[in-house]
Amino acid sequence: MIRMELCKKIKIMNDLGLHARAAARIVGLGKQYKSQLFLKKGDREADGASILSILTLSCPKGTEIEARIMGEDSEAFMERLSQLLERGFEESR
Amino acid sequence: MTESDIGVRKALRGVAVSPGIVIGKARLVDRSKVKIFYQYLLGDDQLNREIERFEEAARTTEDQLNAIKNGMPEQLKGHSFILDSHLMILKDSMLHDATIQRISKEKINAEWALKKSLEEIRWAFNQVDDEYISNRVNDVENVVERILRNLSGDEQQSLSHINERVIIVAHELSPGDTSELNPSKVMGFITDAGGRTSHAAIIAQALQIPVVVGLESATKVVGEGDLLIVDGNSGEVIINPDDEVIIEYQEKHLRHEKYKSSIARVSHLPAITLDGHPIVIKANMEFLEEVTAAREHGSEGIGLYRTEFLYLKSKELPSEEELFQDYREVAEIIAPEPVTIRTLDLGADKFASRHEIDREANPALGLRAIRFCLKEPEIFKRQLRAILRASFYGRVQLMFPMISGLQELLDAKEIMGQVKDELNRENIEYDHSIKVGIMIEIPSAVTMAEILAQHVDFFSIGTNDLIQYALAIDRVNEHVAYMYQPFHPALIRMIRQVVNAARDAGISVSVCGEMAGDPFCVCILLSLGINELSMNARAIPIIKKIIRTISIEEARADFENVMRLSTAKEVQAHVSNRMKSLVPELAEKGYFEGWDYLLD
Repeated sequence: MIRMELCKKIKIMNDLGLHARAAARIVGLGKQYKSQLFLKKGDREADGASILSILTLSCPKGTEIEARIMGEDSEAFMERLSQLLERGFEESR
Repeated sequence: MTESDIGVRKALRGVAVSPGIVIGKARLVDRSKVKIFYQYLLGDDQLNREIERFEEAARTTEDQLNAIKNGMPEQLKGHSFILDSHLMILKDSMLHDATIQRISKEKINAEWALKKSLEEIRWAFNQVDDEYISNRVNDVENVVERILRNLSGDEQQSLSHINERVIIVAHELSPGDTSELNPSKVMGFITDAGGRTSHAAIIAQALQIPVVVGLESATKVVGEGDLLIVDGNSGEVIINPDDEVIIEYQEKHLRHEKYKSSIARVSHLPAITLDGHPIVIKANMEFLEEVTAAREHGSEGIGLYRTEFLYLKSKELPSEEELFQDYREVAEIIAPEPVTIRTLDLGADKFASRHEIDREANPALGLRAIRFCLKEPEIFKRQLRAILRASFYGRVQLMFPMISGLQELLDAKEIMGQVKDELNRENIEYDHSIKVGIMIEIPSAVTMAEILAQHVDFFSIGTNDLIQYALAIDRVNEHVAYMYQPFHPALIRMIRQVVNAARDAGISVSVCGEMAGDPFCVCILLSLGINELSMNARAIPIIKKIIRTISIEEARADFENVMRLSTAKEVQAHVSNRMKSLVPELAEKGYFEGWDYLLD
């Protein structure tokens, strides 16, 4: 099995930050992949599969986080995640 | 006051017993329907079954949420996201996995484990500055409530199953009622009866919800569904407030929250006065779960463990094993710090089902606490055995309540001696040098303090009862609740007498009543020579902060001035002024509306 770990720094672009709906989108996205996602802010790291963990990481707009994805399909996962975050979850506000 | 006009501002004033401000809808409650939310420990063989019970409730919850989601009318489909997020929360590792782990590791029942998981999640959300996010904890609470309801089957009537955010309005709530209140749903409660130190008040503080009691007519004036503002700091309850008032109170609430977090940061540091005297700060507790809070708030041990809950929660007497496990757990968690376990402080009325005792006209003056224990040596011995056995697992101290004179103390010690002999014969280990102390809460014990001090290792002054007995006030009688005066010159003199007796005998003395956690009383207590305080854990940060601003030398000098004052009102005014000069930043911020405001 190929074990890959990818890291990428991403800036939170949407107005509300990683609020409930955004966090739910991330968790939902993760369910489509086998890889595990972790989101790091400063010295704290959240489990990307836990909506509560992401929410309590507290990431308002402009926060820089580091996404770390481990597993065989990490590349595809990272691509979709970056898209989602960079487009600000396609929020219409 | 026009009572029926909705929209007209009406206000009631009562006794503020649990601080904080909430705004919400009134729910009138007939307390006769209430049941207790049980917490219990499990044997190893029950763990798998309990986990399965939790999983089952989680599955039912999932089915219910899906059913609601699928049954949503077309125009509401846009809101189904909220149900999706609830389903996600239901399966979230911080809730689901954490609860299962708790059941198997801590061997506690599913409800309890779930509640603990929720507490941890709530704590995590509390750390979040963004209000938009921190409010999401409501969704977690929603889900937990649903699981709890499914765990308990169909007990929909009980207070624990109120599934809307409401403020409960009742004539009176018993300790059993309040201990089952679900703090994630009940925003606060107000009652007609009750005083500052009623047990319901104490439990409300543990639950950290705002409560005002002694309102006399709340159940008559407040209607179902009325909008209420409950100010647990000032004791004010406003019925159907207008927008302006609501905004004013929301701002008050925010200011209070900010101040609280600023003092919490240094609460783990010791409390040392300006002139270098360390003051020991401990926590009072009633439920096992409070041990962690005590530690988190920076306490140096448990100064008072009230042991009544295990006796109240069930119709059956708790077994020695059940008591032992509970005490042992507290001793182990708080170690190496000590825990002072107070023996049973219940009235005979609580045991009426088993013992045919006539209803007493004055239970506070009746067969209760040590008197009851001496009359029922088997019940007493069972508890003493459990406490002694637990003493092997940490630093346990034992304390007798309601001692009125030497004979009672000698009788209690005699029974304790018998229990020790039994344990020795059975080769059961315990701390042979366990410290034994007494509560000083009856005026006659104050008078006899000099003699009593010869026979114990420590005194703990229970100011709640001492004020009640010394000033002849029934603490749950709403008509005289205002007379509960910690600053009464008589009380100050009594404390001084006890401190002097303890000092002469070379034993330690602490204060464990509400006075210990009252920022306005700290200075006086320190000036009297008290160097140990035990309080509600939430009061610890502010009390420590105040101690750091006090110079004992100055406080002692000031005490001479206090002794010249002859009414409670004069003392209170003097203390208020002094507090303003001691902790000016508190005064500037306008936090002197009532000292409760300083607490959570």
